[in-house]
Amino acid sequence: MPRQFLPVSRRQLLQSTVLGAAATVAGALSAPAVLRAQAAPVKIGVLHPVSGALSYSGQQGRIGATMAIDEINLAGGLKALGGAKIEPMLGDAQSTPEGGNAEVEKMNAAGVAAVVGGYASSICLSASQTAARYDLPYIVDVGVVDSIVTRGLKNTFRFGPGFGVIAKTALDNLVILNDQAGKPAKTVVIVHEDSAFGSGLAKLLNTQLPERGFQILETIPHPTPTRDFNNVALKIKAQNPDLVIPANYYNEYVLLARTMQQQRVRPKGIYSVLGGAASSYKFVKEFHGAAQYIMDCNHWFDPKNPKALALKKKIEDKNEFYTYEVYMNYSCMLLLADAIERAAGTDRSKIITALRDSTFAGHVMPYGPTRFVDGQNQGAAPVNTQVLDNDIQVIFPASFASAKPVFPMPRA
Amino acid sequence: MRQRAGRGRSAAARRSAMFSPAILLAAVLNGLMTGAVYALVALGLTLIYGVLHIINFAHGALLTAAMFAAFFVHRLLGLDPYVAAVFLAPLFFLVGYGLQRFIIGPAAHGEDRNILLVTLGLAVTIENALLYAFGADTRTINLPYAFDVVEVGPALLAVPRIVAFIVVFAVALGLWLVMRWTDIGKAIRAVAKEKLGAELAGIDVAHVYAVTFGLGTACVAIAACLLIPSYYVNPHSGNAFVLIAFTIVVLGGMGSVPGALIGGLFVGVVESLSGYYLGESLGQVSIFVMFILVLLFRPRGLFGERA
Repeated sequence: MPRQFLPVSRRQLLQSTVLGAAATVAGALSAPAVLRAQAAPVKIGVLHPVSGALSYSGQQGRIGATMAIDEINLAGGLKALGGAKIEPMLGDAQSTPEGGNAEVEKMNAAGVAAVVGGYASSICLSASQTAARYDLPYIVDVGVVDSIVTRGLKNTFRFGPGFGVIAKTALDNLVILNDQAGKPAKTVVIVHEDSAFGSGLAKLLNTQLPERGFQILETIPHPTPTRDFNNVALKIKAQNPDLVIPANYYNEYVLLARTMQQQRVRPKGIYSVLGGAASSYKFVKEFHGAAQYIMDCNHWFDPKNPKALALKKKIEDKNEFYTYEVYMNYSCMLLLADAIERAAGTDRSKIITALRDSTFAGHVMPYGPTRFVDGQNQGAAPVNTQVLDNDIQVIFPASFASAKPVFPMPRA
Repeated sequence: MRQRAGRGRSAAARRSAMFSPAILLAAVLNGLMTGAVYALVALGLTLIYGVLHIINFAHGALLTAAMFAAFFVHRLLGLDPYVAAVFLAPLFFLVGYGLQRFIIGPAAHGEDRNILLVTLGLAVTIENALLYAFGADTRTINLPYAFDVVEVGPALLAVPRIVAFIVVFAVALGLWLVMRWTDIGKAIRAVAKEKLGAELAGIDVAHVYAVTFGLGTACVAIAACLLIPSYYVNPHSGNAFVLIAFTIVVLGGMGSVPGALIGGLFVGVVESLSGYYLGESLGQVSIFVMFILVLLFRPRGLFGERA
């Protein structure tokens, strides 16, 4: 009986006090790694759709997040927590919102300090909602639907830009591009996937493009996955628009571009807003002919940041492609690690506060230091790219453009 | 030609573009090509129905299994799916033969409604085994000729579709020759017409049943090899085809081989045109509306013999 009143034995108490003292001293003196390894690891949920229709993007996201974790751990772990290592808990959302929910439940039960990822808007929406029930901090890596940060969830933070900002940038730049070329484009066909991301974007474009002098000839929805774009290509051919605006995920984007090439559908420009493949080195390398001259408004690393270029080299040395999922997740993980350092522990509400007050500048995106208002990073913005000669060049904003846009596309 | 009204094109001009004969022809040809593969899947189904008088619910799962086989033969051995068909068709014939001879036949205990449940159980087992072994991932293969095209009038037809179209007709012709001129073909027809009489004449009915099931499964294996260059495979990818194949079998007449062929092509064209005019998701709806209409107004189908 008496033992039950003394859950910690004298020996254990002694040990922990000595260890605690050692850790404090170690922290102060920046002691060797042997001592640091004794701090309990911090579990972080790394959630991506690594199987199913979005598996490629999910796997890329996982590469970015785990690479940041490896770098942090190699550099001595979380300093404010006595050099605690980050232990990733990898989750597979299976490309569905339900899959994402189930993983967040598991992660919460396993006691993670926070969750990073989601990728697709629909997964981010439901996974962050589930995380909110447990006051579990959730950093959205990509999901762009605006409602992700307008639901008043205290736990949810989006590092990248949302639809509103992206669409505005994309449309402003489209008008500039068209004006510079002598207004060759007047008519548009939109091809979009029919979940939260594609439908939301199509709706936005349908209200905003006419205001800027473009006529929308047709809006064509399709499910994900779709393995045959022949009918869609025929429809585009029938309408013969000046511009085609695709809004879909990687596989469908590639297939659409290849089917358009196959069916010899040549509009004056293919201009995507968050095109699933339009600014992907994988697409450019594997299907160069279909990718040439495609323009995109999308997430892009800061080409003037040496850290971003070092990461690019590191990824390419591993024979992987440096896609936006990689550097977005890499940055989100660094952002979270910084917040945990400032929270000086794994208390969820303290991490949420630390994220809210974050002014983190150590990421690789062209956003400047982070500043969250209602969960949205205010500096986040997309850039415009174009596929030119086997490479992806930045064409807007002028401050770090690496090439002049080629528009209209030259006739082959 | 482009017409512009004010800032852009008028609604009428946009509609007329949708009905231009060149585009219409391209959509019809696309539909015929897709329909040919549907027809091959339906052929296997209708053959089994015509002889065994059972609806094989495992057809879709067997198609999925064959697609996985074609996928991995390409991935691991680097074998082109069209070459793989030469090996996979006999292999799946044996699988089908074995399934009927040693599982479905004995488990039925002479009751047709038992067979229904056995094939349903097989379907669930196969699908979940595939799910367990390979996960829910959607896989595709990249072939150098997958996006090559042949110009047919105003339409540009993808090479894999043309190959599929030709192979389906070759298989149908081969099947017809087997049924018409070989002893086993005659035996199959005899069993289909009059089981008891055939048995009295000394035909091994269990063997004929198994051969028929094997032939139906071999059709599915060939269909899988024709699909894999331009389609994807996951543990459920066969189901989409089998639902359509059921429609075709009902439309063409249960057990009718020409019915399956013509029904397949017809359904392909309907799907393509309604997909083109009504959108990708409604394309499939029109097939099932047709299914219900056929059941209501011509339940024995276009070429069916029995009610």
